[in-house]
Amino acid sequence: MPPSSDTGQNAANIRLEGVSHRFGQTDVISDVSLDIADGEFVALLGPSGCGKSTLLRILAGLQEQTIGRVLIGERCVDGLPPRTRGVGIVFQNYALFPHMTALANVAYGLEAVGISRAEALVRARDALAGVQMTPFGERKPRALSGGQQQRVALARTLAIGPRILLLDEPLAALDKNLRLDMQLEIRRLQRALRITTVMVTHDQEEAMGMADRIAVLNAGCVEQFDTPEAIYDRPETLFVANFVGAANMLEAELQGGPEGFRLHLADGTLDLAKPAPASRPGRVQASIRPEHWSVAPADGEGPTATVSIVTPLGPSALVDLVLSDGRPCRFSFPRAQGVHLTPGDQIRLGLQPGAAIRLFV
Amino acid sequence: MSRTTTWLTAPLCLYFVGFVGIPLLLIFFISLHDTPAMTGIGIKGYIRFFSDAYNRGVLLDTLLLGVETTVIDILLGFPVAYLYVAAPRWRRFLMFMVLLPLLTSTVVRTFAWVVILGNHGLINTLLAQAGLIGTPLRLLYTPGAVAVAMAQIELPLMILPLITAIGGIDAHIIEASHVLGAGRWRTLRRIVLPLCVPGLLTGTLLVFTGAVSALVTQTLVGGGQLAFMPFYIYQQAIQAQDYPFAACVAIVLLMTILLIVSILNALGRRSAGYVHG
Repeated sequence: MPPSSDTGQNAANIRLEGVSHRFGQTDVISDVSLDIADGEFVALLGPSGCGKSTLLRILAGLQEQTIGRVLIGERCVDGLPPRTRGVGIVFQNYALFPHMTALANVAYGLEAVGISRAEALVRARDALAGVQMTPFGERKPRALSGGQQQRVALARTLAIGPRILLLDEPLAALDKNLRLDMQLEIRRLQRALRITTVMVTHDQEEAMGMADRIAVLNAGCVEQFDTPEAIYDRPETLFVANFVGAANMLEAELQGGPEGFRLHLADGTLDLAKPAPASRPGRVQASIRPEHWSVAPADGEGPTATVSIVTPLGPSALVDLVLSDGRPCRFSFPRAQGVHLTPGDQIRLGLQPGAAIRLFV
Repeated sequence: MSRTTTWLTAPLCLYFVGFVGIPLLLIFFISLHDTPAMTGIGIKGYIRFFSDAYNRGVLLDTLLLGVETTVIDILLGFPVAYLYVAAPRWRRFLMFMVLLPLLTSTVVRTFAWVVILGNHGLINTLLAQAGLIGTPLRLLYTPGAVAVAMAQIELPLMILPLITAIGGIDAHIIEASHVLGAGRWRTLRRIVLPLCVPGLLTGTLLVFTGAVSALVTQTLVGGGQLAFMPFYIYQQAIQAQDYPFAACVAIVLLMTILLIVSILNALGRRSAGYVHG
């Protein structure tokens, strides 16, 4: 396969078919199937130990899955080494070769496929220019900052013209400010090259901010694979609702009737147009995000609560409440609304219009 | 470091001053006498050493032995160290095998080589019984035999620093090389070897200094005909009773080793710069 450093034309779709991975007696990955489109940016999001890194390594060909198939560009790549798969990976610690200059690091992959040193150096310079690192080509990695090392690692990986770009926690080692810059930079490169990209992260903001779609992983299973908006607004499982964003998990009783559904919660009831994903009347876990609440008129039907702490957070305020049955609950509202709450206040809660609260059995 | 901890090193410092520093100065002082009777101050001993081709030959043979031993140990030790890092399940066994020679007395290990290499030793007996040779091969008392025996005895001192160096290479760096399309050989040559240079230099330092100063092995395996510096010192001091000249030979050997150690250290500092830091 001829390496091409500047086009995403040979970008490829990825398909995982029933991939499982056992390590000793434990299933690290169990029956994962994913379809990732050509040129798409997908984030594998999950807590540590959920198997996301293992999945990335299986994709890269650094590890062989126990069961299942990996297809890249509709071709089964099982048993193929990374380079033959057309896969490039940026490791979390960048894994730059410490004894080589930035330029030599980038040229390494080109020389490895038999391109002459002179030609490799020319292409390596181009690749460094692509990440604004031209002035630092002669420096050794230890003389570069974390962000600069990150850029060199990206250039080194992209220089070999992979069809798939894999990023393992690419921003975890960077300062907060630099992280936002690199988020944009990676996004810009990914768009410009139209390269299919899979990123592993435990940081939901990173996943939300960068990916076209997010696969939320838990204990080796894909809990949900959808757009960032859908993951946040319509979590399909209790785990996703808990893991992505903040949510109040409250036990409640769902009652259904011809006139609609009602949710009994503490000393109040809330009207629901269409309960989802669980819709059968009975005991449910209601996932209600802090911003779903509103302060309702005192004669409403919603649950009552006592304000315990008010935390102003710039544009919004976060309020810690205690429901009438003693359970804690959080409520946030835009401070511009002009609502003033102080600890000790008794309020009646209602739902914001259109608030998509989610129910789980 | 606090005052107290500095003072805790005092006993060792005194020990070194008393039993290493002062004797060395004494030897240097003795070497500056012109006659075996310790009369006349001068450097006639050194002039005598360097003007005689035999003496220069002994020095060169000793250094050559050091180089040969080091080269053999690098060639034998590197694969073992690599295997140790690459195959965790073999670690206990390998470490035991590597350390075994260190747990045996030098004299015993050396005599084992005499038994193996002698005219009626293991190798000659086997070859004779297989009908491959009529008369025993001369294996013992050859420079090659000394280098081989020396290499076996010094091998742990090469393997241990190499294990540290290879084990210290981030596994992701090796993976990065493979992902970039480099095969095993290119990865070994361009990534692993350069990154083990500090360990290689430490091992070289230990093996070389050990090999050039190992009196027992050199003498027992080398026999009377092969002269190396340590035995030469012993001969001049004990047999010829020429203490000033023995001291000269000792100082020449010491200075040569110091020179080589400083060169290796300087190289080590340079290579350590790009590996760590």
